[in-house]
Parts: sequence; C-alpha cells; structure tokens
Amino acid sequence: MSNTTPAGYEGTPLDKVENFHGNQLIYLDWEKHRMFCSPICVPVPPDAPFGIVCDDITPNAYGEHPDWQHIDWSEVQWTLDDEPFQPDMDKSLKDQGIHHKSVLRFYQPGLDGLEGTGG
Amino acid sequence: MAKKLNLRDKYALMTRDLSWDPSYQPFEKLFPQMEMEGIKIDDWSKWEDPFRLTMDAYWKYQAEKERKLYSIIDAFAQNNAHLNVTDARYVNAIKLFLTGVSPLEYQAHRGFAMVGRQFPGVGAQVACQMQSVDELRHVQTQIHTMSHYNKYFNGFHDWSHMHDRVWYLSVPKSFFDDAMTAGPFEFITAISFSFEYVLTNLLFMPFMSGAAYNGDMATVTFGFSAQSDESRHMTLGLEVIKFMLEAHPDNLPIIQGWIDKWFWRGYRLLSLVSMMMDYMLPKRVMSWKEAWDMYFVQNGGALFEDLARYGVRMPKHWEVSVKEADRLSHETWNVFYNYGHAAAFNSWMPSEEEMEWLSAKYPETFDKYYRPRFTFFRNLEEQGKPFSNPTLPMLCQTCQVPMFYTEPDDPTTVCFRASEYKGDHYHFCSDGCKDIFDNEPEKYVQSWLPVHQIYQGNCGGATVPEVLEWYHLVDGADNAKYPFSPDYENWKKWKGQVAKEDDAA
Repeated sequence: MSNTTPAGYEGTPLDKVENFHGNQLIYLDWEKHRMFCSPICVPVPPDAPFGIVCDDITPNAYGEHPDWQHIDWSEVQWTLDDEPFQPDMDKSLKDQGIHHKSVLRFYQPGLDGLEGTGG
Repeated sequence: MAKKLNLRDKYALMTRDLSWDPSYQPFEKLFPQMEMEGIKIDDWSKWEDPFRLTMDAYWKYQAEKERKLYSIIDAFAQNNAHLNVTDARYVNAIKLFLTGVSPLEYQAHRGFAMVGRQFPGVGAQVACQMQSVDELRHVQTQIHTMSHYNKYFNGFHDWSHMHDRVWYLSVPKSFFDDAMTAGPFEFITAISFSFEYVLTNLLFMPFMSGAAYNGDMATVTFGFSAQSDESRHMTLGLEVIKFMLEAHPDNLPIIQGWIDKWFWRGYRLLSLVSMMMDYMLPKRVMSWKEAWDMYFVQNGGALFEDLARYGVRMPKHWEVSVKEADRLSHETWNVFYNYGHAAAFNSWMPSEEEMEWLSAKYPETFDKYYRPRFTFFRNLEEQGKPFSNPTLPMLCQTCQVPMFYTEPDDPTTVCFRASEYKGDHYHFCSDGCKDIFDNEPEKYVQSWLPVHQIYQGNCGGATVPEVLEWYHLVDGADNAKYPFSPDYENWKKWKGQVAKEDDAA
C-alpha cells in the first residue's frame, strides 16, 4: 500500500510513558473469559512488585466471574508480549521485562469460562 | 424576451463555463494539494457528471423535499407520535445515530467543501459543492427530527459535545478525522467510494428500515428526504474511482491501497451498526449476518468484479469480515453491556424470545458462545445487581475500538496484533488495523485514545463520575441499564396513560 504521509512529516506520539505521571500502562487478558469483553488497560508504577497483578488488579477486574474462586496462581500459565513467561511475585514489573504497554495474558487449564464456552 | 436555454446549453453555462485559467498565479499555487498524493490527472475535462444537475435545479428540488419533511415532523410532534414506537428501547438506536452518525454528516459537509476547493476540474468542484450542501442539510434535518425525542427521553441533550469526548464516539470521530487529514484524492476515495458506495447500504438501510419497522415515522421521513441525495453521492463515488483509474496507470496501486484501508476502517465502524440491528431494535429487520452477506458479499462482490477490468481487486482482509459475521454483533453488544455505565444510551440483555431469534439467525454461534454469558448477565439483572465492568478496556491504536474482536478462526481468543515503532509499542485488533498503522505510523502514533487520555488526566478526573461529568452524561439516567432507567419508568407511565384514555374513549 502506498504511504501518502508527506516525506519528512513527524507526528507527536500521544502515549509516551512520560505522559502517565510516573506510571506505565499494562494490558491484561484472562483468556477464555470473554464475559469480560476486552483485555483491560491499567496504569501501574514500574517499580511495583508483580504481586499487585495477582493480589489487587485481577481480583478487582475479574472477581465477579464464577471461575474466579478457582484461580490457583501456581497453576496459571502466563505470556508476556506473546512469549511464555514465569512471573516472580516479589520482583518489580520493570525488572522482569514488563515495559510500558506490555501485554500480559493468563490462562489456568480447566477454567474455560461459563459452561466451558470461553465466556 | 430572451430565448429560453435548452438543457445542454444551460448545463454547460452553469457548470463548465464557471471555470477559468489562472493568469496571475501559477496553477500549482492555486491547487497546492494536487501533487502530494501521487495521483496523476492530465485532463480534468474528462470528468463526467452523471446527474447533470445545476445549482438552480438543485435548490428547487431540495426546497421541495424540505417542505414535505418539515410538515411531517410537525405532524409527528403534534400527534405525540413518539408514543407509537415499538418500545422505549428503540429510542436508544436513535441516540446512537445522533451522537455517532449525525456529526459525521457535518464532517462530510466540511470535507466536501475542502476537496471541492482543492480539485482543479470544474465538474468535480460543482459535484463536491452540491454534496457539501447536501451533507449540511442532512445534519440539520436529523437534528430537527430528533429534537422531538429530546423532550421526552434522556441522552439527546448534548450530542456534539459527546461526539468529541465519549470513548466509543472516538471510533466514528477518528474515522472522519483520518479522512479529513488525508489529501483530497484519498478523502474522496474514502468517503465517496469506500463508504458511500460500498458500505452506505449497511448504515442507512438498517437505521431507516429499523425506524419503519419500529414505528418511528419521523426518522423514516428524513431517511427518504436524504435518499435521492445518497444515490447521487453513491454515483459520484463510483465515477470518481473510474475517473482516477482511467486517468493514469500509476494511480492503480495508490487507489487499491486506499480501498484496502478504507474498507477496513469502514467495516470496523459498522460494528456499531451490527449491534444496533441484532440487539437494539425491538422489532428486527434482518440480522447483521444477512445484511453483510447481501450488501457486501453479494452486491460488493459484483461491484469488484466490474472493477476488475481496471485491475482493482476485492479489499484486503474482506474474508475476515465474513468469518466475523457470526459473532460481530454479539461481541460488540457485550462491550456496551460491560461498559454501559459510561455510554450515552441505555443497554440491556435480550429477552428469552429475542434470544430465540438470535439463536435461529446465528445457529453456529449464539447458543454455543453468547447465550451462556448473556443469561448470566440477565440473572444478575433480575437479582437487582446488573453487571458493570469495573475496569477500562484496551483499545486498538487504529480504529480505537476496544480490543474485543476474536481471532478469525477462534471465537474465544482475543485477536492481538502489535508493532514496534521508534522504540514504542502499539497494539491492534486485527491485521487490517495493523497494516493501516504500519503504512503511516507517523499519523497513527497521534491517535487520541480515550482510555489513555483518562489515565493521563485529560478527561475531567480519575474517577468514573468525574469522567461522566466531563462527557456531560447524566449518571443514572443517560447511562443506566434499561430496566433501571428513567426512560423505562416514563414509558410505562405514558403507555398506561394512553391505555386509560383509549378505554375512556
């Protein structure tokens, strides 16, 4: 496809990490739970330990699902930006390669949504 | 008395004869955007005007249509005809139209005025001028028609403010902003061809037939009043494409790229229409899937077969749109149910009877994927604690829709695509949206993504009530789940009243 942006034109990116008051954005998706329509976007301090994802962010986001009570973090499989990932709960997000606008997806085998429909 | 001009002479005098060759300024300075996109036009006199319409005739026709329209609108108001719609849920389709579509008519008015100024050919200038005036007329007639509903229902009071601010309205807004910030040839390909010619039946037909099926004669009337304009616009769209393709062989790859891009952008925008058709109309016209099959796969397919002689092929990724047809409306409505508390209309769950209709229209997917989650939501509603998603969604950098679309071959897994550009990361809902970004990253790094803007502190505050206030949404009314909304309460009262009056008579 042709690119008709005039040569030499530079746009100003609106979502540089500097614009988020010391936070960075992460995106989270609980796979096979499409009752929650979309992945979510959350601002987090890059120095926070990974534990905030499991202890604060996800229970608030996903707690209403009947599957949530069966979440067992030791069983959960993670990907970080499409690569398999083993989080360290105590290490900071930044120190385990989670950057501004990283995508974290998690799935626990056996938890496949309402009536096993992915919902 | 002067001799009356015959039609041919009159047409020549009132269109082509309005042109002149500049003598004080060089041509390039008068039409500075002619070269920037790489489109080559050697002879503008080859532009054909299929309607041969001159301005004097144009005013006469339009004035006649206005008189008819306004007399019907008056009658509608005097007869309290809003009470004749199927039920008050229907009115939410009109709220979506007023906040999401009517502002685009105004944008189209501006866009055609702009490109009419940029094109050097007088035939193109006249056609664009008429369309520009048409679009202004459309937005005015829509506002006047829908203002009647504003007296009785919530959510109609500040539509243009909402269009600029409310999260999902950034989808239609950014669609037009993208076209307006392109060059004139891309704008006219985007709006006249890709949208008006290829996809307009999928916007106008559902809203206007939906209005007719649901007893909203006011909206039907503005639809009729716009219809003859729309057919002129569609013809312009096709003529423009043929004119550019015939002008020079170098134009083909540029135009094909725009067709690919604007098909995909338009199709993503139509997600809103898909849910309107399948979920928001109490009396349904046809399913989204049936409409997509008829208007795009069959009619669009025939169009692209015709255009094959110019070397044009079907828009890239059109096959994905067919795979998505079985799930688009369900996935979209789920978004508006999840985040209904931040929407400018009421959302609800389908009744059992409506679920049967969905199941019959979508035998492959509805019961298998969507009925369980919608039944779960409905049960929560019945317990008086309707579900609201407590988070903010991830958005696509290009279309700005929440990333709800699922993988083309797997309806349970979100479709994630990403690009890295100048050290930053960007995310997309589809290959179509990723392609658009990758071709013009300097444009789309500037996307004003509502969720990110909220987190940057640019939308009135960090809490939902603050953001709703900044949107000018009235919490508890405009955004309530329908069974808990004042619109529903009022509707029941009014209909009870009407029944009593009928009994008395």
